[in-house]
Amino acid sequence: MSQLKDLILNYVKNEYLEADDDREIAYDTPLISSGIVDSFSMVSLKVFLENTYNISIPDAKATPEAFDSVNNIVELLKEFGVHE
Amino acid sequence: MFSPEIRQAFQQQLAEMQAQGIFKEERVICAPQDADIEAEFPIGSERRKVINMCANNYLGLSSHPEVVGAAHRGLDVRGYGMSSVRFICGTQDIHKELERKLTEFLGTEDTILFPSCMDANAGVFEAVLNEQDVMIADRLVHASIVDGMRLAKAQQDTYKHSDMAHLESKLKLHQDKRIRMIITDGAFSMDGDLARLDVIVELAEKYNAMVFIDDSHATGFIGKTGRGTHEHFGVVGKIDIITTTLGKALGGASGGCVSGRREIVEMCRQRARPYLFSNTVAPVVVSGAVAVLDLISKTTERRDKLERNTRWWREHLTEAGFIIKPGETPIVPVMLFNAKLSQDFARDLYEEGVYAVGFFFPVVPKGQARIRTQLSAAHELHHLEKALDAFVKVGKKYDVLHKTKQEIIAMYGE
Repeated sequence: MSQLKDLILNYVKNEYLEADDDREIAYDTPLISSGIVDSFSMVSLKVFLENTYNISIPDAKATPEAFDSVNNIVELLKEFGVHE
Repeated sequence: MFSPEIRQAFQQQLAEMQAQGIFKEERVICAPQDADIEAEFPIGSERRKVINMCANNYLGLSSHPEVVGAAHRGLDVRGYGMSSVRFICGTQDIHKELERKLTEFLGTEDTILFPSCMDANAGVFEAVLNEQDVMIADRLVHASIVDGMRLAKAQQDTYKHSDMAHLESKLKLHQDKRIRMIITDGAFSMDGDLARLDVIVELAEKYNAMVFIDDSHATGFIGKTGRGTHEHFGVVGKIDIITTTLGKALGGASGGCVSGRREIVEMCRQRARPYLFSNTVAPVVVSGAVAVLDLISKTTERRDKLERNTRWWREHLTEAGFIIKPGETPIVPVMLFNAKLSQDFARDLYEEGVYAVGFFFPVVPKGQARIRTQLSAAHELHHLEKALDAFVKVGKKYDVLHKTKQEIIAMYGE
């Protein structure tokens, strides 16, 4: 259990899954490469992280790889001083 | 220089596209655009007469004699090219006339022409928004809008396709911004559904937001007199920015525009880079488009016929046992779910004399492969009957008639 990971996971579920979509998403589920989040809608996730943690993620860091799973996102957040 | 290593790297990339089945091949049409065309596919193969079910020629005006005649006259009296951008020496009286007519037709305050609607979308956001603003877009907007948004300095956000509650939550979230701009297609090109502009306008008023729509797949035929999605939902005059194209229903040649609030259009004239740095729309195209607007302002005959064709096609496909995306636009996606099946189905249709294209990921979401059919006022009943026969024959071959989505997926996979 991880509070940080769960917060992101919940956001991803609410933000990207349709009401009738019962796909299970875990910490290591691919988000971008599986098509759950596309590169265009990924920006919502970036805005959420920036607002929640009061950080600014430069575009060069906001790559599809860095956002491809909850685990990856948590790794990225560490670079900005956000820890569990 | 183009070294052997670099050449090889590109060859490798292209080969990967082919292996993934996402390599696009052109079909050569050896006739004017119409319901009946002669096509060569693959290139070099024998020409075939086929019924065209995939053009954006919604009103059947691409090769209409009055439009062709007007284009000829335009060529005679205003020449072939202008060899200039608009603001140096590329603006003729007919460019101003076309902009005036588009403004009148769309029920807006002013209009500016662009070389294409792709260019209009690429230029408009950067020209009018800054870093204090936010663009909130439907997730299924056209690729040209996505590109245009990327060029702008304003913040970006998105909402689930046509999910008004989600849009509302985003409008609340961004109350601290100078401008909130809701961005959507009027009619969505892949699913053929309409944006819920009545609700969108209500939300825009409640949360002080501007509304942008790209009505390329609606201008000329959606709404009682074909003005577009805003007419359909009774919100003419309440959409702040409409972009649309001359490359589909309005004659189908090329060109697009930004139409809307006077100041927004003026900002585009001053700052939109695709307008400032590309050539003016050719006089021959402008003359044809003026004739199109005259034609469709006089009578709704063609959009009415398109509506009848659409209803017939939707009803008969459903009756035959196909799963189609519900809606009322002449974009009718026939759902097959599996990518390879959509390609095989399209190839067999071509063999039966019907030309339609299969779409699959990444153009549409995974597991939602389909044949996108598009109706035209150029279609007569005999075209539709023949096309339906072909669909049924191929549908039987692959055993997809009267099957549920789950049954089709069980047979072919997602």
